[in-house]
Amino acid sequence: MEAFSSHTGVGIPLRRSNVDTDQIIPAVYLKRITRTGFEDGLFAAWRGDPTFVLNQPAFQGGSVLVAGPDFGTGSSREHAVWALMDYGIRVVISPRFADIFRGNSAKGGLLAAQVDEDGVELLWKLLENNPGLELTVDLAAQTVTAGAHVLFFDVDPYVRWRLLEGLDDISLTLRHADRIDEFEAARPRFLPVTTAV
Amino acid sequence: MGRTLAEKVWDAHVVRRAEGEPDLLYIDLHLVHEVTSPQAFEGLRLAGRPVRRPDLTLATEDHNVPTVDIRGPIADQVSRLQVETLRTNCAEFGVRLFPMGDREQGIVHVVGPQLGITQPGMTIVCGDSHTSTHGAFGALAFGIGTSEVEHVLATQTLPLKPFKTMAITVEGELPQGVSAKDIILAVIARIGTGGGQGYVLEYRGSAIRALSMEARMTVANMSIEAGARAGMIAPDRTTFDYIQGRPHAPQGADWDAAVEYWSSLVTDDDAVFDAEVYLDAATLTPFVTWGTNPGQGLPLSERVPDPAAIADDNARIAAERALEYMGLDAGTPLRDIRVDTVFLGSCTNGRIEDLRVAADILRGRRIDPGLRMLVVPGSMRVKEQAEAEGLDRVFVDAGAEWRSAGCSMCLGMNPDQLAPGERSASTSNRNFEGRQGKGGRTHLVSPAVAAATALRGTLSSPADLDPAPVPA
Repeated sequence: MEAFSSHTGVGIPLRRSNVDTDQIIPAVYLKRITRTGFEDGLFAAWRGDPTFVLNQPAFQGGSVLVAGPDFGTGSSREHAVWALMDYGIRVVISPRFADIFRGNSAKGGLLAAQVDEDGVELLWKLLENNPGLELTVDLAAQTVTAGAHVLFFDVDPYVRWRLLEGLDDISLTLRHADRIDEFEAARPRFLPVTTAV
Repeated sequence: MGRTLAEKVWDAHVVRRAEGEPDLLYIDLHLVHEVTSPQAFEGLRLAGRPVRRPDLTLATEDHNVPTVDIRGPIADQVSRLQVETLRTNCAEFGVRLFPMGDREQGIVHVVGPQLGITQPGMTIVCGDSHTSTHGAFGALAFGIGTSEVEHVLATQTLPLKPFKTMAITVEGELPQGVSAKDIILAVIARIGTGGGQGYVLEYRGSAIRALSMEARMTVANMSIEAGARAGMIAPDRTTFDYIQGRPHAPQGADWDAAVEYWSSLVTDDDAVFDAEVYLDAATLTPFVTWGTNPGQGLPLSERVPDPAAIADDNARIAAERALEYMGLDAGTPLRDIRVDTVFLGSCTNGRIEDLRVAADILRGRRIDPGLRMLVVPGSMRVKEQAEAEGLDRVFVDAGAEWRSAGCSMCLGMNPDQLAPGERSASTSNRNFEGRQGKGGRTHLVSPAVAAATALRGTLSSPADLDPAPVPA
């Protein structure tokens, strides 16, 4: 995984709460077996609307999405993270993320930065009044800079460390393979196996 | 201090704990389906890693499968490739698979419990958010993303930060005609779609204990719709009786040892939950959703709400958008809403008891000629059982379509979809925009409300029928 330290890019104000993963990428786009190429499915139902924020010229090439609370609720599809990243989004800012989405983001290298509701409202206003405004997201400092405003964001310390280092979870876990062996050896024998009975 | 059920199961699975790091948790069962696994298997292949425990891994085909003509190859090329990829991956990595046409095939969350492979105290994961279903057995079960699927395939563990715990206590007796689905829809309307974020829910109280195993699964299934990755119910005699004798249930001395352990899986009297919610079962009524998230629900006797009356800015804007998308006017009685399609099925309500409830209401009647009704059993075993009981005849005689097992119209990855503007009463779990087909409008309902709605053509409960059906 690519390390993440800081990112500067055009902010996109998405004034919606409860953006569920069916909105981020509808199920019909999930049939592919690759890990890339999902950008055409991103917000598919909304992209046909010329007034939708991603269709406005000022926000073309935007990479920092600023959304309302409960972003990423619903389905566990990691394709939602892939679609955002394939489109070019590197950071999503929201007052509250769904648990599975936040976990998936961390795995994929997408930063899910939690900013309180007042902060998101401020960012929305700044971006709407200055379309094309760039935001700088500094993971080490945990700050979002928008013009003269500097906002603090929350991120899990372990996720922050992993993103800063660009470490992959499976390699980290396999360092403890002996502990997994020990645990396995002590499991109760009544536990089921899936092989045919 | 005492521990909650969730904490007991968590503690029993910690492989490694270190300051400042997530716990490394052992996973007892990993369920796999075609949609969220191809990239995970590909990751293993690229890294040259095997599946660590194929004997704790089980795959089925469910999301993409057609529910008519299940013998032939899938017509949709992209769906077919995804299903064939699962078959190739399972063969290559030695994972047991229930393909289309197999007697054991069905929705992943219906298959596990019916095999008796879902048991109390286990950790169960699947690349599907409705894995919470298995929590009905007192398992800690939750959905994971594809990177986590790869992680579990490679290591049989997951690094996880501990959850907080929330008690959802439902005391009292449910009124006639009120079901598990109405309980969980009322819970979600109460705490909101984000209310459970970061928590494991534990459903408790006399109304929960009185539920059958299948009804408990309906409740646990929709924990994710309240934002919680997992929802649990303490195992009891109902749980043990359901498991005993199933193909993968422990036997002999193992059964006794298992039951002894399972009996310890209750929240201690002096345990403290991080949050508590209380509902009075006697006040619950048939519940339906009016909006585009599962928290936007009301008793069927109410009217479509007026967004102008909602104080919170985000909630008001969300309600305005929802009414526009749903094509509804504030103040319309929910009972006056006419639907085009009724969908009975899904991992929420596609088990035999759900089909029986609906069949009892439909028996000897005809559905409204202006709508279509799809009945999709949750698994081929459920289908077989329903046919043995003659329920398929009841549905067909009533004018409904009797299909084969799969996720079907719950998410429309197969041809079972709503057309733009089409309105459904659906026993599934998500009323998101476009969930059941682009532009489709979904009202979440219980099986009883689905059946009554099919007969009357508008959102209805069995009490609205004339004469009201007599419960079997």
